[in-house]
Amino acid sequence: MRNLIISLCAVLFGLIGGAVLMAATGHDPLQGYKYLFEGGLKNSSRFGDTLATGTPLVFTGLSVAFAFRTGLFNIGAAGQMLFGGFCATVIGLNVDTARPLLLLMMIVAAMLGGAVWAFIPGLLKARFNVHEVVSTIMMNWIAYWTIYYAVPAYLKAESVETESRLLPDKATLKSAFLSDLFGGSYLNMGLYIAVIAVIVIAFIINKTTLGYELKAVGYNRHSAEYAGIRVNRSIITSMLISGALAGLGGLAQFAGNGANIQIGVLPTQGYDGIAVALLGANSPIGVLISALFFGLLYSGRGFMNAMTEIPPEIADSIIAIIIYFAATSVLMDRLITRIVSRRRASAKAGTGTGGPVSGKEKA
Amino acid sequence: MWTTIEQIFPYAIMFTIPLLITALGGLFSERSGVVNIGLEGLMVMGSFIGALTISKLQTAWPTHTVVAIWIGLLTALVAGVLFSLLHAFASVHLSANQVISGTAINMIAGAITVFLSRNITGSGNIRLTNGFQPFNVPWLSDIPIIGPLVFTKTYWTTWLILLVVLLSAFVLKKTPFGLRLRACGEYPQAAEAAGVNVRRMRYIGVMISGAFASLGGAILLVTIAGEFTGTVAGLGFLSLAALIFGQWRPLGILAATLFFGFASTFANVSQVIPALQHIPPVILQLFPYVVTLIALVIFSKSSQAPKAAGEVFDSGKR
Amino acid sequence: MDFVVEMLNIRKEFPGVVANDDITLQLRRGEIHALLGENGAGKSTLMSILFGMYQPDKGSIKINGETVRIANPNVANNHGIGMVHQHFKLVSNFTVTENIILGNELTRFGTLNIQGAARKIEELSKHYGLNVDPHAKIEDISVGMQQRVEILKMLYRDAEVLILDEPSAVLTPKEIEELIKIMLNLVKEGKSIIVITHKLKEIKAAADRCTVIRRGKTIGTVDVKTTSEARMAEMMVGRDVTFTVAKAGSNPGEVILKLDDLTVMNNKNVAGLKRFSLDVRAGEIVGIAGVEGNGQSELVEAITGLRKAESGNIFLEGKDITRDSIRSRIDKGIAHIPEDRQKRGLVLDYSLEDNMILEVYNREPFSKRGILNRSAIRKYASDILSSFDVRSGRGPLSLSRSLSGGNQQKAIIGREIELNPSLLIAVQPTRGLDVGSIEYIHKRLIEHRDKGKAVLLISLELDEVLNVSDRIAVVNNGELIGVVEAAETNEQEIGLMMAGVGKGGEQ
Repeated sequence: MRNLIISLCAVLFGLIGGAVLMAATGHDPLQGYKYLFEGGLKNSSRFGDTLATGTPLVFTGLSVAFAFRTGLFNIGAAGQMLFGGFCATVIGLNVDTARPLLLLMMIVAAMLGGAVWAFIPGLLKARFNVHEVVSTIMMNWIAYWTIYYAVPAYLKAESVETESRLLPDKATLKSAFLSDLFGGSYLNMGLYIAVIAVIVIAFIINKTTLGYELKAVGYNRHSAEYAGIRVNRSIITSMLISGALAGLGGLAQFAGNGANIQIGVLPTQGYDGIAVALLGANSPIGVLISALFFGLLYSGRGFMNAMTEIPPEIADSIIAIIIYFAATSVLMDRLITRIVSRRRASAKAGTGTGGPVSGKEKA
Repeated sequence: MWTTIEQIFPYAIMFTIPLLITALGGLFSERSGVVNIGLEGLMVMGSFIGALTISKLQTAWPTHTVVAIWIGLLTALVAGVLFSLLHAFASVHLSANQVISGTAINMIAGAITVFLSRNITGSGNIRLTNGFQPFNVPWLSDIPIIGPLVFTKTYWTTWLILLVVLLSAFVLKKTPFGLRLRACGEYPQAAEAAGVNVRRMRYIGVMISGAFASLGGAILLVTIAGEFTGTVAGLGFLSLAALIFGQWRPLGILAATLFFGFASTFANVSQVIPALQHIPPVILQLFPYVVTLIALVIFSKSSQAPKAAGEVFDSGKR
Repeated sequence: MDFVVEMLNIRKEFPGVVANDDITLQLRRGEIHALLGENGAGKSTLMSILFGMYQPDKGSIKINGETVRIANPNVANNHGIGMVHQHFKLVSNFTVTENIILGNELTRFGTLNIQGAARKIEELSKHYGLNVDPHAKIEDISVGMQQRVEILKMLYRDAEVLILDEPSAVLTPKEIEELIKIMLNLVKEGKSIIVITHKLKEIKAAADRCTVIRRGKTIGTVDVKTTSEARMAEMMVGRDVTFTVAKAGSNPGEVILKLDDLTVMNNKNVAGLKRFSLDVRAGEIVGIAGVEGNGQSELVEAITGLRKAESGNIFLEGKDITRDSIRSRIDKGIAHIPEDRQKRGLVLDYSLEDNMILEVYNREPFSKRGILNRSAIRKYASDILSSFDVRSGRGPLSLSRSLSGGNQQKAIIGREIELNPSLLIAVQPTRGLDVGSIEYIHKRLIEHRDKGKAVLLISLELDEVLNVSDRIAVVNNGELIGVVEAAETNEQEIGLMMAGVGKGGEQ
């Protein structure tokens, strides 16, 4: 409940911040927001695009959130996503077989690619206590340069140097059914996989011994060790799962929303995943909702830009402001606590009880 | 061979300087106990403010392009201090997770600077008419060997930053301020018990990192890049790696950033150097990052990292 | 009467608790004044108020007869009040001199004058007989020496009033003697000292007067010379305290735990436990006596598997478990009440019920094929919580963090005893608890023994080891000095052995 209030406040502050930015640069914020939201929701096609834009964010958000539950800060979702997407693209361009099998192979390849990329920081953390923040950042740039050279060398398009060949339709997540349903949107089967991932991760975190172990390690690795949980193995397991999720994000992006992989960019969804996880309070459902919200901002910004003079980066700015307020949630937490306790105090004054009755004693 | 080395050296040093000053900023922040992964964003901010100021001044004042650049650097520095206050406030006053707050800094800088520059130029890039011009140091550049390597095609900023590094080493080691700053990063409770205002020291540490990283971004702009493009291509993160590689010491950082400077230069020019032509460029590009990973493993046992860096300081904790 | 410090009618409330309620403490010039009270009685709060870390809600503080407001520790320093905290406030990779001058640096042209400061420290050290090397690094010197650095820090700042918080907790009996000597030296030079403690013997040995507080209230101030220990104890606890634990004689059976020539490395990678051999039998409690940091942690961690043994063997019920994983040792019947309940004992952000299954979550009925069974978990947890009288706001669903220290400890002890282990290792099981909880926990440990199980008790409180154990093994510097029958020994003998003097007098 409290998390929800905090997240909503962060969103509110983000939108206010965006409005201030628009106003300060001489635009009309109300008009801006009107077109921004219309651009993402106006008709079924645009709504479908919003869902599609949010899909990779669901994966990277889940990736960051899952690692966070184990006390790991996976800042490397971008690299894992890139490498996972690259692996899937390699399969898609080189294997010719029936579509279900091909897609399955691509899914596995994406998960493996992401997992391998996350395995290295996990191993370094478990074995040498190397902080995962720095090592995942390094892995991001290693992925960036690897792809930078590997794509032109092995998957080069006919004329363009900076991206791979287009995947054949059967090697993408395109779905005529979804596309028709949403008025020709590029919404694709990535969404199905995302929803399945949310359910599976929620189940793992809340209902299984694996989730119990990983959370115990995340909250307090000393007591987890004391209880006989293998801390190092948990760290690696968690990173593997986190990386696999990010890898799926790469699949959803490069073989779902798009049909090829580009070089010279780290996918922004990696960083945005941190914002998604934070806003979603690291819960799978929260991640789903906030990913779709960010999807809305990203998919509506083009329409807004076309209808007004407001640069599309307003969406990024709003998200960045949201993550700052989500990061400083303590501020709102304190505020809420103060309001609640004041209300309690006034309620108490009416009944006139003194002091705590039971439960809390002084530690 | 010699001529290639002569050509590479000034370029490598030029590339080192933005990394060096940014990593040095990170050092002040971490020594005070605040991890700052927002260095990347601070560099972007410096690059943006610098480009904006300089391009406006150079248009208005075409005869004084160099003065405009110096004013631009100063403005960037001040802007960096102000921008870093966001991080200081979150991590010192609000006990926020410092890594998340730093990430927010990176995202805010990346988004808002491009948003603003698009409002100004349309394309989102801000081009300078003039950057700094390299010069040869009189007399010194005539010294054999060292002259051509170190004293030719240098920039004023290079000498300024090297001076700042030496000064920082002195301040950290020999002054009360340095002693207190280091105590705040090692064991803030001890500093507090000794009457040091830990929060203030941490604010100062973060603000210095903001000033230096932002200056780093601006120097990158006026010596190498020549235009603001909304990114510094991961140099801020590389500075963070150099900070670890240099084991949180000013001279260590100098060595680490020189290493990265040379490594990157080799990677960029490998195709024209006969000795490097046979090495696939991907290896050279990956080199700094892989070496950092290896260094992290090697230093993992004997790390000199400030012990309290990244920890929330709660003065109630006893 | 000449008082240096007077704290008059101090009241301090925290949300839900009155920590200090009308407390008065008056310190005479040149005296050693003990502040006696149980854990949680409000001693630390009172001293934090004097040191400027909290503001009193009511009451006043007078220094040299004048009413003052102490807004923060710096103001306290300016009034000549210095405090040695229980956990030393020293930067471990700084030198002694750097630590002492921190915040109060001697400078020359704006730069640190380390040499000058070191000379002054050397002089102070000589004057008070402290014998501290100003250039040594903190991480290289002993805990007793670190304490002297803390004292020097106050003297360097010209403190007239010194507050020592539980100063003897980390010292050997011999170091305690030296500390008392230093304290007497200090008062001879005109300093005044407040010493916070719950150890009556040291009060008897060093203090002039003693103020006793209980549950936030002043019980009285007495003259130490004319007041018996028993009287002071009664004032502290509020009833007659016997100190002895009622228990029947032990009835030792077969060997449960056998340590054979065990050597274990410490964190600095030198032997923390050296060629240690010991048997613990069914139906007995073996106590380990020793000063903190003499190999106890290494011993416990080696038996439980948290640390690997360098050489030697560990046998449980005759089976070699030296290379077993932690989990496998738990499954074979070792339970462990850890030293630090918040660091190891509980996942504070887990609910109580999740904490109650910390070691058994993967067994049926708590989980099946990797899926947790909530109802079985809740029932199991509720049973433990009720049979060990753990009080919490929302029962098994309470966040462990929200419990008081005593209840957290009872929950851990309940969880471990519920495993019905053949070997129960209890490390400092009563640290920081009030007398009522201490008695309760001792009773449960003895009950476990009487079920025919083995108990290994590690404690830094000599009284606890003497009263609860059947046999006592004494460690010093990682070595076993000797094993004695609890009924046939006394504090003097154990104290000597703790200092490394073997039974019968040989070193």
